[in-house]
Amino acid sequence: MISQFFVLSQRGDNIVFRDYRGDVQKGSAEIFFRKVKFWREDGEEEAPPVFNVDGVNYFHVKVVGLLFVATTRANVSPSLVLELLQRIARVIKDYLGVLNEDSFRKNFVLVYELLDEVIDFGYVQTTSTEVLKSSVFNEPIMVDAARLPPLGPASIFMQGTKRMPGTAVTKSVVANEPGGRKREEIFVDIIEKISLTFSSSGYILTSEIDGTIQMKSFLTGNPEIRLALNEELSIGRSGRSIYGSRDYSGSSGSGPVILDDCNFHESVHLDSFDVDRTLTLVGDIGKRRLMLMKGPVLMGFCKLDASSAILNQVPPDGEFPVMNYRMTQEFKPPFRINTLIEEAGALKAEVILKIRAEFSPSVTANTIVVQMPLPAYTTRVSFELEPGAVGQMTDFKESNKRLEWGLKKAIFLHKYFQIVGGSDHTLRAKLTFSQESHGNITKEAGPVSMTFTIPMYNTSRLQVKYLQIAKKSKTYNPYRWVRYVTQANSYVARI
Amino acid sequence: MAPPDQSHRSPSPSQPSGTARAESNGTGNSNSNPKSNPNFDSKGEVSDLKMQLRQLAGSRAQGTDDSKRELFKKVISYMTIGIDVSSVFSEMVMCSATSDIVLKKMCYLYVGNYARYNPDLSLLTINFLQRDCKDEDPMIRGLALRSLCTLRVANLVEYLVGPLGSGLKDGNSYVRMVAAVGVLKLYHISSSTCMDADFPVTLKHLMLNDPDAQVVANCLCALQEIWSLEATTSDEASREREVLLSKPVIYYLLNRIKEFSEWAQCIVLELVSKYVPTDSNEIFDIMNLLEDRLQHANGAVVLATVKVFLQLTLSMTDTHQQGPGKLFIVQGQHQGPLQDPQHYLHPVQVYERIKAPLLTQVSSGSPEQSYAVLSHLHLLVMRAPILFSTDYKHFYCQYNEPFYVKKLKLEMLTAVANESNTYEIVTELCEYAANVDIPMARESIRAVGKIALQQYDVNAIVDRLLQFLEMEKDYVTAETLVLVKDLLRKYPQWSHDCIAVVGNISSKNVQEPKAKAALIWMLGEYAQDMQDAPYVLESLAENWDDEHSAEVRLHLLTAVLKCFLRRPPETQKALGAALAAGLSDFHQDVHDRALFYYRLLQYKVSVAERVANPPKQAVSVFADTQSSEIKDRIFDEFNSLAVVYQKPSYMFTDKEHRGPFAFSEELGNLSIGAESAENIVSAQRVEANDQDLLLSTSEKEESRGPSNNGSAYSAPSYDSSAPLVASHAQSELVSLDQTLPQAPQASSAFDDLLGLGFAVTPAPAASPPPLRLNAKAVLDPNTFQQKWRQLPVSTSQEGSITPQGVAALTTPQALLRHMQGHFIHCIASGGQAPNFKFFFFAQKAEESSTFLVECIINSSSCKAQIKIKADDQGSSHAFVALFQSALSSFGMS
Repeated sequence: MISQFFVLSQRGDNIVFRDYRGDVQKGSAEIFFRKVKFWREDGEEEAPPVFNVDGVNYFHVKVVGLLFVATTRANVSPSLVLELLQRIARVIKDYLGVLNEDSFRKNFVLVYELLDEVIDFGYVQTTSTEVLKSSVFNEPIMVDAARLPPLGPASIFMQGTKRMPGTAVTKSVVANEPGGRKREEIFVDIIEKISLTFSSSGYILTSEIDGTIQMKSFLTGNPEIRLALNEELSIGRSGRSIYGSRDYSGSSGSGPVILDDCNFHESVHLDSFDVDRTLTLVGDIGKRRLMLMKGPVLMGFCKLDASSAILNQVPPDGEFPVMNYRMTQEFKPPFRINTLIEEAGALKAEVILKIRAEFSPSVTANTIVVQMPLPAYTTRVSFELEPGAVGQMTDFKESNKRLEWGLKKAIFLHKYFQIVGGSDHTLRAKLTFSQESHGNITKEAGPVSMTFTIPMYNTSRLQVKYLQIAKKSKTYNPYRWVRYVTQANSYVARI
Repeated sequence: MAPPDQSHRSPSPSQPSGTARAESNGTGNSNSNPKSNPNFDSKGEVSDLKMQLRQLAGSRAQGTDDSKRELFKKVISYMTIGIDVSSVFSEMVMCSATSDIVLKKMCYLYVGNYARYNPDLSLLTINFLQRDCKDEDPMIRGLALRSLCTLRVANLVEYLVGPLGSGLKDGNSYVRMVAAVGVLKLYHISSSTCMDADFPVTLKHLMLNDPDAQVVANCLCALQEIWSLEATTSDEASREREVLLSKPVIYYLLNRIKEFSEWAQCIVLELVSKYVPTDSNEIFDIMNLLEDRLQHANGAVVLATVKVFLQLTLSMTDTHQQGPGKLFIVQGQHQGPLQDPQHYLHPVQVYERIKAPLLTQVSSGSPEQSYAVLSHLHLLVMRAPILFSTDYKHFYCQYNEPFYVKKLKLEMLTAVANESNTYEIVTELCEYAANVDIPMARESIRAVGKIALQQYDVNAIVDRLLQFLEMEKDYVTAETLVLVKDLLRKYPQWSHDCIAVVGNISSKNVQEPKAKAALIWMLGEYAQDMQDAPYVLESLAENWDDEHSAEVRLHLLTAVLKCFLRRPPETQKALGAALAAGLSDFHQDVHDRALFYYRLLQYKVSVAERVANPPKQAVSVFADTQSSEIKDRIFDEFNSLAVVYQKPSYMFTDKEHRGPFAFSEELGNLSIGAESAENIVSAQRVEANDQDLLLSTSEKEESRGPSNNGSAYSAPSYDSSAPLVASHAQSELVSLDQTLPQAPQASSAFDDLLGLGFAVTPAPAASPPPLRLNAKAVLDPNTFQQKWRQLPVSTSQEGSITPQGVAALTTPQALLRHMQGHFIHCIASGGQAPNFKFFFFAQKAEESSTFLVECIINSSSCKAQIKIKADDQGSSHAFVALFQSALSSFGMS
């Protein structure tokens, strides 16, 4: 059970504060913020998501710059509370459309209303947007879209520093659009995060894809949805062949997609998954009935009676992950990175960074940044871009001795360093040192790391073959969007 | 309810925006942004609101509700930012007569917030809340009931009972859901009201019958809390608490598991993890039923399921934590995914099954969530590293991970290193060591060192470590020196290679105390092999005053002495300088050590040689930082904060918050309430020994002091201070008179040792056959815990301990040894004076019937609280007697 829930702005202001049990002191938000801001423990400079101050446990997650915090004195499950905080953020986003300080402040009454239904006396009641709809009555006040930062083609995937980005949609699940009626539409995003490490000689040391099929539904009446994946899809790599020395067939190749493991949202029904790789998202009445018929039942004291099959949950509404998957099957990396360091005299060296896009020219990657730590005694760097380079930015960050090569700083220009598939880009950087390097530069610099986003590209070759929505009438034909995106999680080349 | 409360009414530095200031101005919450008005006058504004509300209260005109909404919002926005709007309380209540549910909710929010601080005013709200509890709309009934229970005003509890009673019987599940939690709220306001109204019984009925799963879950939560809190005072409650863990209840909940929301599933699964199945078929049934929960997207559900799996298999094999090696057989004919054709289930299989889902949880979800899961994976890896040795690549660090994640991963990499993967792991770690991130580089070097100490491929690792020294980064050198030192203590055979490299390091480049101490130790230990050791030491000794760390100075003294004993002529000067400086050192230990060496050398150099430079044995194993008992305890608290903090819950939580089924009898940090007056009085009591039988407590109190009457009574070595003797001299005579006639009987009634708490057996002939205990009883901690949870308390009484015993009880260990002599074994102990806590067990000599004892000793009052649980209830009294006798003889030998 949790005692308090609150949301703090980046400056530490209370945006909402709800006390559920009254057993944690009122100043907890202040204690929390001071602790997080001035965290210094065990040489760490970043507060872990869970810590204890004077018997009070503080949990926090960062969502779009806001701190979602829960406190408790009890020895609870940390993953439950952290998951809950994330889920509360998602529910609020479903309602408000946009999650930021402004939308919070405009809708605080609605947020309190939500919080009252989500948690009672510290116990979670529900986090389902659909269930909440029946007990939450305030209408969201939409924040002015014009005041939002412009949504570039890629910035939609740039929310959050790591992992799961939000979908592009910034509209509320409950509010009507200005035009009056809601538009019937559904978004399915296949988001893949790549972690990959090249050895100094260019071999792939480790690689992993962490993917999510994320859905955001604006369909009324929660119809049954069927989602078909590649038929040649197998789950669970047998035994110990993980990272085995198999030749990779490359992302354009064929052959089965082998997932190491995956998990599914509660509402996903896997009855036909083994047969035709179809995920069915069903309403709870259907789910209950099926459950009654199949599945092992413990023969103990109680027999289920038919009346218990009354629904209390409904199929999901709002944004949620349908399926998460993990894959270590080898794949063709979208980028190759080559680094060359040449000493040019005692106090000088040249770094040559070469990036090659290994994907088809019809695809364009963007928001690319390449970084490389340089020796601490580097004093000056001069850059030389290839002739005719457009929209590229180079920088030497004096404070942390880091080389940066990437997108233009001026966000409003909308000019990003884009790389078209199949192309090559090179950067030469001349370094000047304040002391002799003793031929040790490779030990003092690197590794090269890279971030990027590649829309409409997926590395695992996992695909949504079709997305079927149970028809309500002949004219019912909602908009269906299926989008792919690949992002770098940790994309590193050692030198 | 909402943020505002007294503490927020004053400006606090946590809101540096300067906008959300309470008294002076507001923040941009609503359209009527008070911030925009620098001369915002909250008092005027509030009284204005009051006027407007009053006007609206009686109005039935069209659009009234809309204007009310605007006003209510304004009130709540003021409330949120901390302006005191309690003065409009009565107006708000008047306006609450509306069918508009948004208005009602705002009104409830307001009332819930101010009622606690204005108990008089809250009486006003009772009426309309009670009325709303009978509304036609179930939503309003539920909301009103929730608000009613949230008022938290003690003198209003009488108004709660009625609405709660009908709420629990309501036809609508939303209302029942609210009512179930409402009962728990009532319990926290006034437990007696709650118990008197028999609400727990109703909750139990609902829990077992309600068609709505969330109602069931809420009842379960409420009952867990209530019974756990009641269990401290009521045996009935602790029985009820155990009923929750009975097979029918567990099976009932498990059969409905998929009806529950993911959050309620977590609660049910946590309960199931405490259930002890009777046979292996049950284990299979439960695991098969829950198998698909491992594929849940919610990490909390997955971890809760993993806990069930681990606990279930744990209960079947006491070799669980020893990893692979033992099989246990399952006879059933089940078609479960966990079963191979031979119907074997192996703990290893469980680990293999849970591995992939956990790894998926680590890599999906937010960094915070993956950290929580990774902590648990860390625990499993540390317990059974061998099972993860092929998964080591999953523990490689990513450059953008937070340090707290990397640190866990480094520990995991260290743990899983074995012959087959060490080379790769160490190669990877060396990459991190060259990292620009300094804390990370340090941790990585330490990890390499730890792997070296694990004895795999030492040869290659030593080379790598020595390469670190060539990197010429101060922090790398510092960490490496410490490691090389530890390495040499374990593998002296490497000294030649290491010393060659270490000898090249200039002590001037080593500043960190730990590294400097390590270097100095090596200079002393390997003085013969390092050419200029005496001169390096000499220069260090000469700069004695520059050395701020006492640890380094202590090492320096020892190193100089060792060096002197090997190379006297060269080191004489250094020794002189060091001893002189050491003798005048302000630090006590340094001074003492210098003086000791000085005298030693004066006495006999050969003796000094034997003391300072004896042949050393290589260290075989460096002590683990955490005891295995602590580790087991953390494992037992899987899926809780204990895992993240890496310490058992008693170290960071107060007793009442440890969760309903935590192994509540935790050790250490014991807080045994305030001492009663009686205890204080009896603290002066001197308890007599075995032969002092059959005296009531009060008689004994009188009977201390010198006894030279030649009676059966033999006094313990007493406190002979004069006043004490005098004051008791007279009463002693009286008490002895009473004692004497009964003395002969005493010797026969050996079973009934102190005569405390139960009747004296008058006829020796009727006494049962003496209880004999098994001298070599064995019980592993997990079985103990399970039994402790399952069995009811058969005897609970107070015992006593002699002052000699108290004197001997400087550490818990003393008592352990003593009790062992009586064939009563300790399984866990802890605490600090004056409160100690012990868990003992004993087994009957003839059969495998076990007795479990919890014993809390307060050494200032000489009292012991004893709780006994027994397999065989019949013999528990005999055992208590035995236990008491053993306890009271503590310190007498």
